[in-house]
Amino acid sequence: MSSDPRDEIVTHLPALRAFAFSLTRNFALADDMVQDTLVKAWTKINTFEQGTNMRAWLFTILRNTYYSNRRKAGREVSDAEGVFTESLSEKPAHDGRLQMNDFRRAFVQLTDEQREALILVGAQGFSYEEAAETCGVAVGTIKSRVNRARARLAELLELDEHDKLEMTDQATMAVVSGARPSGAMG
Amino acid sequence: MVHSRRNSKESEVIDENLKRVYQDMLEEQVPDRFLDLIAQLRAQDETGGTGGDDTGEASA
Repeated sequence: MSSDPRDEIVTHLPALRAFAFSLTRNFALADDMVQDTLVKAWTKINTFEQGTNMRAWLFTILRNTYYSNRRKAGREVSDAEGVFTESLSEKPAHDGRLQMNDFRRAFVQLTDEQREALILVGAQGFSYEEAAETCGVAVGTIKSRVNRARARLAELLELDEHDKLEMTDQATMAVVSGARPSGAMG
Repeated sequence: MVHSRRNSKESEVIDENLKRVYQDMLEEQVPDRFLDLIAQLRAQDETGGTGGDDTGEASA
């Protein structure tokens, strides 16, 4: 027993908290979940297969804890949006980047399953396969959750605003060129 | 074609922001309570010997 895989757990704490927070959108709840996860991971270390992805294993424990609590509680935490968007300090936006709070506000409106899939694949850098295994669903399910999450964010953030405006312009032009609405000033 | 280019641009913007949000969270200081908890779990193992002894401290 020279190398205890549990020695590695501490190195995953920041990622575990980040994942917990993106799932719960609430610091206090996230840390409670991390605590539960640590105790479970510690006592069930024999279910961890050495050489496999420990981070994914820990995430699985955490998300299972979260979803089983959510089932018991009946609903998702409802006041989460304010907590999530206000608890992290705003950093200055650079050129071409969105204001972080706008992004967070949109992000918290995704479903739990969409946030989870998007964080694992888009931010944590898990492969679709790893994410699927972590979440206990098919690879195709993860792909479609990620796609839907991105589409929803784009919609909420109006990333396609420019295209829409162009279309509106053309449509408006077509109408306007035919008959100017009354009330237009000279 | 315009459509798919727009989508990949969207994904790029989204992932870039996602990574920033996630990075912010990763940089949060890990509270001592977690390190304390791990130390406690470890200490429990050492005093309790191998697992499975559910009677705990009353076994003296």
